[in-house]
Parts: sequence; structure tokens; C-alpha cells
Amino acid sequence: MTQTKAKQKTVSRRDFLGNAAKGACGVGLISLALGAAVREAEGKLPADAIRPPGALAEKDFLSACVRCGLCVRDCPYDTLDLADLGTETVTGTPYFNARKIPCEMCEDIPCVVACPTGALDKSLTNIDDARMGIAVLVDHENCLNFNGLRCDVCYRVCPLIDEAITLERSANERTGKHAVFIPTVHGDKCTGCGKCEQACVLPDTAIRVLPERLARGKLGEHYRLGWEEKRKLGKSLIEGQHIIDLPDRGYSAPAQTDTGGYKGFKP
Amino acid sequence: MKLTRRDFMKANAAAATAAVAGVSLTAKAADAAVPGAIRWDKGVCRFCGTGCGVLIGTREGKIVATQGDPDAPVNKGLNCIKGYFLSKIMYGQDRLTQPLLRKKDGKFHKEGDFEPVSWDEAFDVMAEKWKEALKKKGPTSVGMFGSGQWTVFEGYTASKLMKAGFRSNNLDPNARHCMASAVGAFMRTFGIDEPMGCYDDLEHADTFVLWGANMAEMHPILWSRMTNTRLTKPGCEVHVLSTYEHRCFDLADNGMVFHPQTDLAILNYIANYIIENKAYNQDFIGKHVNFNATTTDIGYGLRPEHPLEQAVANPGKGKFDKISFEEYAKSVSDYTLEYASKLSGVPQDKLLKLAQAYADPDRKVASYWTMGFNQHTRGVWVNSLLYNVHLLMGKISEPGNSPFSLTGQPSACGTAREVGTFSHRLPADLVVGKEEHRKFAEKIWKLPDGTIPPKPGYHAVLQHRMLKDGKLNAYWVQCNNNMQAAPNMNEEGYPGYRNPENFIAVSDPYPTVTALSADLILPTAMWMEKEGAYGNAERRTQFWRQQVSAPGEAKSDMWQMMEFAKRFKIEEVWPEELLAKMPEHRGKTMYEVLYENGNVNAYPLEKITDDAGNVYDNDESEHFGFYVQKGLFEEYRMFNTKGDILKKGHEMAPFEVYHKARGIRWPVIDGKETLWRFREGYDPHVKAGEDVKFYGHKDGRANIIFAPYEPAAESPDQEYDLWLCTGRVLEHWHSGSMTRRVPELHKSFPHAVIYMNPADAKKRGLRRGEEVNVSSRRGEIKVRVETRGRNRVPEGLVFIPWFDEGALVNKLTLDATDPLSKETDYKKCACKVMKA
Repeated sequence: MTQTKAKQKTVSRRDFLGNAAKGACGVGLISLALGAAVREAEGKLPADAIRPPGALAEKDFLSACVRCGLCVRDCPYDTLDLADLGTETVTGTPYFNARKIPCEMCEDIPCVVACPTGALDKSLTNIDDARMGIAVLVDHENCLNFNGLRCDVCYRVCPLIDEAITLERSANERTGKHAVFIPTVHGDKCTGCGKCEQACVLPDTAIRVLPERLARGKLGEHYRLGWEEKRKLGKSLIEGQHIIDLPDRGYSAPAQTDTGGYKGFKP
Repeated sequence: MKLTRRDFMKANAAAATAAVAGVSLTAKAADAAVPGAIRWDKGVCRFCGTGCGVLIGTREGKIVATQGDPDAPVNKGLNCIKGYFLSKIMYGQDRLTQPLLRKKDGKFHKEGDFEPVSWDEAFDVMAEKWKEALKKKGPTSVGMFGSGQWTVFEGYTASKLMKAGFRSNNLDPNARHCMASAVGAFMRTFGIDEPMGCYDDLEHADTFVLWGANMAEMHPILWSRMTNTRLTKPGCEVHVLSTYEHRCFDLADNGMVFHPQTDLAILNYIANYIIENKAYNQDFIGKHVNFNATTTDIGYGLRPEHPLEQAVANPGKGKFDKISFEEYAKSVSDYTLEYASKLSGVPQDKLLKLAQAYADPDRKVASYWTMGFNQHTRGVWVNSLLYNVHLLMGKISEPGNSPFSLTGQPSACGTAREVGTFSHRLPADLVVGKEEHRKFAEKIWKLPDGTIPPKPGYHAVLQHRMLKDGKLNAYWVQCNNNMQAAPNMNEEGYPGYRNPENFIAVSDPYPTVTALSADLILPTAMWMEKEGAYGNAERRTQFWRQQVSAPGEAKSDMWQMMEFAKRFKIEEVWPEELLAKMPEHRGKTMYEVLYENGNVNAYPLEKITDDAGNVYDNDESEHFGFYVQKGLFEEYRMFNTKGDILKKGHEMAPFEVYHKARGIRWPVIDGKETLWRFREGYDPHVKAGEDVKFYGHKDGRANIIFAPYEPAAESPDQEYDLWLCTGRVLEHWHSGSMTRRVPELHKSFPHAVIYMNPADAKKRGLRRGEEVNVSSRRGEIKVRVETRGRNRVPEGLVFIPWFDEGALVNKLTLDATDPLSKETDYKKCACKVMKA
């Protein structure tokens, strides 16, 4: 099985070289190649192309990757492909399109093992630590769960269910008796495998894996989320200071007279 | 729905006027006729027992869209992901459009391949086989396997066809695999079937307890309602019990994973806790409850020669005897916190928290269960043990206090249970075993005394055994995929179908595993291709009109049964002494005797319209020349409304009313639906001053029935060292015959996997995603290992869903059943897992 597949992949690489030669004079292709060259210089990857697990930062990856195709050959699920002139990714480099075939997060990470240069970082031994990209629920208007339906397919296919994607619950004010379950991606856990993007049942997916540079905002360094800091530490950050909280004064009624009445007001 | 008496009269009057006039109001008719416009009409989801209301969008003879009905009380416009794809389920590429018969050299041959034939040829061959069986071995050699997905009308048609026409009680629905244990306990405890509460309890309860119900996946919209209550009601708590962690644990305040079968002990512990702490409702149990103990050591419903049955003291015995409260208290006193915790593996503090929730007089508790309780070799017992807890506390039959059996099929209640498609039942809770009940049915059906045979027929699992043994020879399966669904396929189901003595016909819209195992396949009209009615889990009956025509020559199950009945002269199915009692039937066809009896054909063909002026087809009525669905329903209604009815409490509204309502919960009395049964003020059958009356029993009391813990039929051992639990997933409906034909759903969960604890995988040197052989004493399948994902199983247990016809998990399961309900335990047998 692996043998056959390896052959197919080799052929496709050769095809690519052949095609590239044949089309070298084509104006369209030249412009494509120019585009790729420009992106190569910038070290940026198109948004729908995802690098294999363990890939170095794009600029470093492009210098380290020798376009050998061994990672593609060793991928047991045919997830990885080599970019050719038809794709917007730098030619000859490995990538995958999550909507088509996502990364199955093999425990033994054969693509990384196969990489001869370290373009795919050998120090990645636990696939959960991979950061191929980050899933983002981009379309809140069409996501079925945002509308209160019970799809949550993206959540249930997530290999890190309840960690990388959770369902955040709130009341459905329209119906008054149902809950809304919002699929929420946690960037610190999401590996970017793309299972969610592949499984989304909409004709155009509402959840997409994006490169981290496109997927994430950044909180100003001058601010911390207090409750998160407290959660991380397990206690208040000023726990040692013995902070006190004075009791609140309750309501106390004016004193009554012996007969059960009140004394008159005197300024 | 609240229907005032005046509305009710008006609705009837309007319908009558329309019928007389032959047309309806035409004000909006022009809108509806605009070419290219989508016509919207009310319908109900095809899938689970929740019964979500949907609107069906039709254009040029095709369903092009659906939407959740925003005004439907159950779902308020929402759907789960299966419901979202409803419009695609009828349009799979391999939809069957003509009958297919196994043939060789132009003739029927048991070992031939399927070839297209005409309906005439199909029914000729089939009728010949049925007549041959009847002649050789009599009525017990013919049988039918029906469905909780049949419409109410279809179930009722089948009930008459088999029990009165062929005089065979070998009619059972696939609800036997699903609801039979719940039914058994309803009858034993309350003397009347179906829940006392309704979905409104989801908003009223303070504490929810799930017993063997993965509601988050199997009843997604009800789960959404429960979640909302948990979120918005201060102090609301959710307790979840299962043999593995599933999606409901995400919301659980108290999640408990127990060892298989020990739910019996946990429930007795709760009863013991309530009694020891004197928390029980003395007034309630004094007035409304009898205490009983059931016969023990009753076996596992296997074949009598099975070694497990040999050692059993009281095989299949359901008798229970009255005991005193003190005797009951003593019986449960063995189930201490320590014992229950040790046996179940659930930590003591969690069990205590659960018991306290039930015992707190100030908290309303709703308990829900599905297949974890019902597919259980002690299913009836375990259902009863839960009722014991609710009855001890008097927490029943009022808003929020509700033990509630969730149904898996869209009409397990409305069809399978209510119109008598079980092998021991007749419509409206009557049973074949009682002479008085048979006589009553015969009177309504205008048939001679003694038409209906008194002995219960073969139930689902027994049908496969009898097919294999050559005692059941002519067999018809409709509206389900039982080769894939029934247990122990290798040893019972498949050999039964392929036994050369038998002729098997399967009616289905698609070439399922079951259809392709048969001898004759009949193409079937489905869902909106016929006028229909379903009854959901909360006693809500919902109707729909036919929206589109079936493709090719596909015909509805009802059409098929009624047409097949035309192929028999009554003399061919009834003995002379029966016929002599009603000589007027001589020379008639079975069809004429059953369906042109003055009841079923009482309503003339009418133009089916709605008040907006849209016109709908009704293919069956046009074919038979009268309003078939109305006639069948109105005849069924006589079982509930005739003056001398034997069992009150199932009253239904007249036929037309349902076409105007978004479902109505029975009993329907004085134009109002009933939300909570058995309690004064909510249920008109309970008179002023009676407070609570369980009128299913003559003394008006419910039965608390003690039953002990007894072990499962087959537990893991040295060789087969893992518990195998089977079940469903949200994305697929049952055997996947509809949902796997929706590309998006197929993609979202393409193949069954084996959910395995990572430690168990590691011990066997297995990696996630690797293909493995899973085997039991009965068979073997190949699936891939999943150690992550939605289900987290404990060490020692694996879970495999059964939707995938590429990995038939019922090759592995054991056909052990609850000896009382005859329902299979799909949740417990032993298996092993090896590298493929």
C-alpha cells in the first residue's frame, strides 16, 4: 500500500517538473510563478494551505525544506501534497488543504520522522503539540450552532474535543427554552489538523484553519485577564497580603419605646 | 396546543364545510399556484422520538427545502444536524423504484440475483409462497416485522392484516429492540402504557437524572431544552449515569460511570437511602401504592438449550406478589452505600449526592432513560426500580416530577405501541391473551368471535430463531433494517433469511443489508411521499399531508399491505367454522373483509386542501377510492371512544383536527390535550377529591416492585476480555440507510470506529487509527481504533456504533434478551480486540 502510494507521489512530482518545463513560456504560468516568488520572498503562505506538523516558521521552513517530498510519501492518509505551479503555495513544498483531506494526527508523526533536514522540527514528538494553524469559526451568521441548531459536528470530530474546541452554552432568547451551543476554539490547544474544517456540513465551511498570523489577535502586553491569571496560579495574585473584607452594615430599625411606639424626631 | 371547545367545534365545522363544497377557501390559492414558488406545509421530522415540527418546502413535485417550524412547541424552529438534511433523505442515488426478485432462468430462485419485476409478478410469487406456508403449517408459519417508523395508519393496517386477516400474531415491530422494556414496566407498574409527564417537565424540574441515555447526541433538541434549564434556573443540577463517559458528562454536575448491569443495585440503594432516612412520602404511598416483589432468577431469553438457560430456576417468569412495606424495606436494606459503591465502582460521595437529590422533598426530579435501561437483560426490572424511587417520594405526575422514557423512533409510541403491532398486543393497550380484549377488537373490526388467535406470536428475536428453525416460512419486513439491527446476525438472522424453506420479502426505499438478504425487495414510498402520522415520546400525535409522489413504482407500506390482502380469498385464510359465523364474508377477498368493512371505507375520496388553498395528492386514497387514512384512524379511534371501551385514557381527537394542529397530546378530552396524567386538575380522568389515581389498575394504585441485582448474561473473561457496548451517534439515524445517503452526513462520520481506552490500546500495542479485528464468540468485524473523541470509555469496555453497514457490529452481539420484555441487551457482551 505504502509502496504504491509512494510511486504515485513520485510520479506526480515528476509530472510537476515536466509540466513546469512545458508551461514555462505560458504567460499565465509565469505570472503565477512570479506570485509564488514574491510570496517566497515574503515568507507568507496562502490562507488555505497548511504546512505539515512541526513545520518551522514559514521563512525558515522555506530555507530548510529541500523539496524532497519524503514527508508527502510517508503520510499514510494522503493528506500532504507537493505544491506545483497550479497552486499558490511555493512550488515543490509540502502542504495540505484541510477541507479536502485533514491531518489525522498520527501518534508517530511519520512526516516529521521522514524529514531529512529539520524543516519539520524533529523535536515535535507529541502530535498534540503541533501548531499547523488555528481553526477559526469565521462565519457566525451561517454556522448552524450559532443559529441554535444542534449540529456541532466540528466539535465532535475534534481529536482534542473539550480542549481545542468546547461548546460554550448560553440561553436561546428567541425560543425561550433552548440553549445555544457555540463551538469555541482554544488557540493554545488547537493543532490546526483541520478535521473540523473538513467535516463542516455547510456547502462552504463556516470553520477554517488559518495560519496563526491570520487567526489570532493579541492582547496588549500592558494588560492581563485577572480571572485567567488567578486560574493559572490557583489563587489570588496578592494572596500573601492577607486582604480583609469588612462586614457590610445591615439595616437596623430605630429603637422602639416600651409601649411599642417610636420617639419623635429631634434635630 | 390549547384547543378551546369552541375552536374545536369550529375546526370540525370548517372541515365539514370544505368537504361538502369539495374545495376550500380560495383567497390565497393564487399565491400558492405561482410557478416556481415554494409551497410550505407542516410536517414532522423523520428521525427520532423527539418529534420536531418542520415545514416542508415543495416545488414542482420535489422537496427542495425544509425548515424547523418556528412555532412548533417542541423545537421552536430548531433541528439537529439530521433534521437539517431532511430534504435530502428521499433523493439518494440508489433509491429503489421497482420490485426486485431473486431469479434464475427467468423464474424465482432462492439463490438467484435480484432482477426487476412488475408488482403483479412480485405479489404473485409472494402470495403463492404465503399460501403454501398457510396450507402446510397454518397461520403460525407466516409473520411480519414492522416498525416504529411506520405511520400510525400503516401500523394499524398491519395489525388488522396479520391478527385478523392471516390470524397470526407473528407481528412485531423493531420497537421491540428499543422500547419493549419500557412498555413492560409501564404495564406492570401503572397498567397503562406511555409516560405520565411531557416535555414541559424539562423546564419545571430542579434536578435531572439521566440513566443510560446519551441525550446530548440521541435527543439533541431535548438536550438543548434541558441545558437551557440548567443554565437559567438557579440551583438546577444534572446527574448523568452511564457505563462510559459520553457528551452528556460535559454538562453533568455529578457524572457517574458504573460497571455494566449495576444500575440495578444503585437504584435499590437509592430506595434504601430514602427509607432509612424516612424521607418517603407516607401519605402518597399509603394511598396510591402497592408493594410487591418479583420472581427472581429468570434467565436471559436465550434459546432454551443455551447453557445459561439450563441453570435458571424461573425462566421467563414475570409474576410478582404483594408484600408489606416492611418486607420491601428489608429487601432493599442489603443495598447499602458501601455495597452499591463497591459493586458499581461509583465513588460513595457521588452515589450519596444522587440519592439525596431524589430524597429531598423540596426538589423536583425528572429522570430520563433510553437504551441503557431498555436494552438490558433486566430491562423491565430496572425501569420498575426507577419508578419505585419516584413513587416512594410521590415525585410523579406533576410538573417537574417525572420519570420519563425517551423513545428512539419517531412513532415508537404512536404506531408500534398505540395501534397494537406487538406480537402480544391489540390497539389501545389491549392484549391478545385476554378474551374480552379480543372480542372487543373483533366487534370493532366487524369480525366473528374467535378471529384473533389468543396466543402471543413470535417476538422479534424469536422470529429470527423460528426462521432459522424453519417454523416461520413466509415473512415480510417493512420500514426497518433488521438484518443490520438484530443481534447475533451470523448465528440467527442471516441463516434464517437464507433458509431455503423460507420466503422473505423486504419493503424499503433503499437496498439495505436486510433488503439484499431477502428474496423479494419491494420499493417503498417514504416520509412525505404519503399522508402520515407519528406519535412522539410525550404522547403527541402529529399528522402531515402527502407532499410529493414517490419515484417510479415505489408504493407506501399501506398500499402494499392492502393490495397484498386483495390476493387472498377469505376462504384461503380462515377456517370454515369461523366463516360459518359470518357467512356474509364468503367469497370476499381479505382486503374487502378488513378494509371495506364500512368503517375503513366510510369516508369518500375528497380533495385534500389546506386553508391557504393549496391542493395535495393522496395516492392511496385515489387508488382505493376512499379516504383510507381517515377511515383507518377513525376506526382505530373507536378503541378509545366507543361507549363500552375496556380501558380509558387513550382518547384521541377526530382525524381532521390533527391536520390543523402542531400535534396534540393524548388523552384528548373536551377538546383539550393532557400534559400530566393521573393527577387531579391535570387529568380529567381523575375526579375531584381523588388527588392521584393510577387508573390503569382497577384499584387505582401503582406498583412498587422490588427486584434484586442479577449479573449480565455474558461478562468478559480470560479470552473475551472486554465489555462490548453498542449504540448510536448524532450524525446518523439508526442503521444509516437514510443518513449515509446524505453526503455531508456521511462525510461527518463515514465509518464506525471502536472507542477504546488509551490504556487498553497500549496494552494491545495498538495505535489510534489502526485497523483491528474485534471478535466475540459469534463473529468478527474490522474497525479502526479511536482513543480520543466524543466517547471516553473506561478500561475494560469498548463502544462501537451500529450505523455502518461496512462494519456490522451485530455480528458480535449476543441475542440475550430481557426474559420479560424480550428486548435484546445490545449494551453488554464480551469481545476481544486484536491487530488486524
